Amino acid sequence: MTTTTTRRGDLRLRPPRNPVDPRAVGWWRTTLALLFGVPFAALVALGLLIPPARAWFLLPAALVAVVGVPLVLALPRWWYRVHRWEVTDAAVYTRSGYFWQEWRVAPMSRIQTVDTQRGPLEQRFGLATVTVTTASAKGAVKIEGLDHRVATELAERLTATTRATPGDAT
Amino acid sequence: MTGWAALDRRTVVVAALLMAGVSISAGVPTGIGIAQATSIGTALLWLLPAAALLVAGGSAVEYVRWRRTRYRLAPGRVELRTGVLVSRHRSVQRDRIRTVDITADPLLRAFGLVTVRIGTGEQSGAGEASVVLRPVRAAVGESLRRELLARADGRVAADGALATLDPRWIRYAPVSFLAPLLGVSAFGGVLQVAKWFGLQSEVIDRVLGLFRGVPLAVTLAVLVAVALAVGAVAALGLWVEMWWNYRLDREPGTLRVRRGLFTTRSTSIEESRLRGVELVEPLGARLAGAARVDAVATGITTGKDGDKPDHRTLLPVAPRATARRVAAAVLGEPPFDAVPLTRHPAAARSKRLRWALGGVATVAAVLALGGVLVAEVLLHAAWVSAVVLVPIAAALAVDAHRGLGHGLGERYLVARRGSVRRATVALQRAGIIGWTVRQSIFQRRAGLATLVATTAAGAGAYAVPDASCDDALALAAAAVPGLLDPFLEPPPAPVPTNGAFVAT
Repeated sequence: MTTTTTRRGDLRLRPPRNPVDPRAVGWWRTTLALLFGVPFAALVALGLLIPPARAWFLLPAALVAVVGVPLVLALPRWWYRVHRWEVTDAAVYTRSGYFWQEWRVAPMSRIQTVDTQRGPLEQRFGLATVTVTTASAKGAVKIEGLDHRVATELAERLTATTRATPGDAT
Repeated sequence: MTGWAALDRRTVVVAALLMAGVSISAGVPTGIGIAQATSIGTALLWLLPAAALLVAGGSAVEYVRWRRTRYRLAPGRVELRTGVLVSRHRSVQRDRIRTVDITADPLLRAFGLVTVRIGTGEQSGAGEASVVLRPVRAAVGESLRRELLARADGRVAADGALATLDPRWIRYAPVSFLAPLLGVSAFGGVLQVAKWFGLQSEVIDRVLGLFRGVPLAVTLAVLVAVALAVGAVAALGLWVEMWWNYRLDREPGTLRVRRGLFTTRSTSIEESRLRGVELVEPLGARLAGAARVDAVATGITTGKDGDKPDHRTLLPVAPRATARRVAAAVLGEPPFDAVPLTRHPAAARSKRLRWALGGVATVAAVLALGGVLVAEVLLHAAWVSAVVLVPIAAALAVDAHRGLGHGLGERYLVARRGSVRRATVALQRAGIIGWTVRQSIFQRRAGLATLVATTAAGAGAYAVPDASCDDALALAAAAVPGLLDPFLEPPPAPVPTNGAFVAT
């Protein structure tokens, strides 16, 4: 047993180099606003339509608003600071999450498929999501909120690299 | 064997017998029901033609299927043609074939037939990627298996049996989690059968009558004891059926598990697909000093088939020393013995204790709330459950922390976790195809991190939970040299790539 590794105090993962597109803040904010806004609107509408049960609808609606408004305002900014990505010649590297932060690394040589997705909201904001999968059922690396041109270029570059790799990458 | 071959013709007889069996098992209770309402003659008049129709129909369908199913071993691929209305042609590359499984249920065995399942190990749905030949003669199945897996051209010498069944292992069957489950389902089964005959309330009355005048607690204790005893017996029976004639062989390039009393099964796993093994110790087995060995291999599809969890089991629950010996023999080196494991920090224990006690507090709080709002008896249930559950939860939490560990050998990453199901995985370092590092806000404060190695094999990801952040990153950097280094701060010192490495 050769324990020649020096005690490396405070070893940590550095943030990936690239931030996501700034428009991602707007996209996340819209998604969250819809998530909280639709139930809020439904509850308020029901509350106004059914006077006897008004309190039973408006109280939860107020609760949704109290929880939702700060989240809609604050979370996307947080996320923007946390969500970063980087593609080197050797690997794809991402950071995501806030309460549960997650760093993912997938080596270039093990990439099997590269997908680009654009939901309706993402299209409005000119964004796209690139998903890189490996042979592992649980090893997919997702880069959200990229400018769609950047995403396309990235997907092409990754696909070309993957094609050049022999073997079935397991 | 280059021409198209048919399945065995006797499959029609097997289907007819199967349908006859279905007719009898479904017809007898129905017949009794009808006969009670009318007469035996009426019952027979209804049921005999139905049974005859079922047998004839089943045989006819099977005959057509037999006529329409052809397979052949062409150079470089295996082809299968099936389909009655829509004909289907499936072609599988021979170098993609990962597993060849042979099973034979009692009915097939009586005719000397087997089912051959040729798997390619695609991650897609289990049915999509495999060729199933049901049935062929046993000798044909065996020669197919040999031919399809004979790529290693005999370079690896056959070691013969790595393990054979020791009947004394049966003593671990009743301590599995299966036993209480089987016991409870036996009660359910009795009630269900009684319901078919309309006797359900009578059975319940009879049982309650037995316990007349006996305190409720004693009644419950007796019922639980009966359930456990029945479950233990059932677990013994199941163990015998599953593991009788068990043996693990190494053939050139493949590992082969054979087992089964009534239904015989043979599973072959290509060794180049093996990414490691997992030593699994369910709580009961661990207390009895025993462990099971599972293969961590790519291409073992985890599908809907009932016996899939056993599919990758290389050794049933056996004494720990035996399990370690078999694991070492399978891997060619003993990582479980040779690699010292680094314990995880005390903060990981605090986290587990917090979760455990939080869970108990939640249960108690819900019960107490019920006690205040609904019925006072729940208030007692609340404090009783708290008194009983707190020590159990705390013990499990402390034990779970004690079980945590990780280490790095020359070829294997070893990680241990769990209390109720303790699992120690030895994962090939070359089989790791990515890393995920996870940190919640609380973990960040406590300096902990969860490291997850992703792999194409087994569960797809194996975690080292709640290691100290330094240890986790150093482990990841050392296990797969070069992958994580560019992303680390400060840049790591050169790490020796040979010899065991233990994060300090």
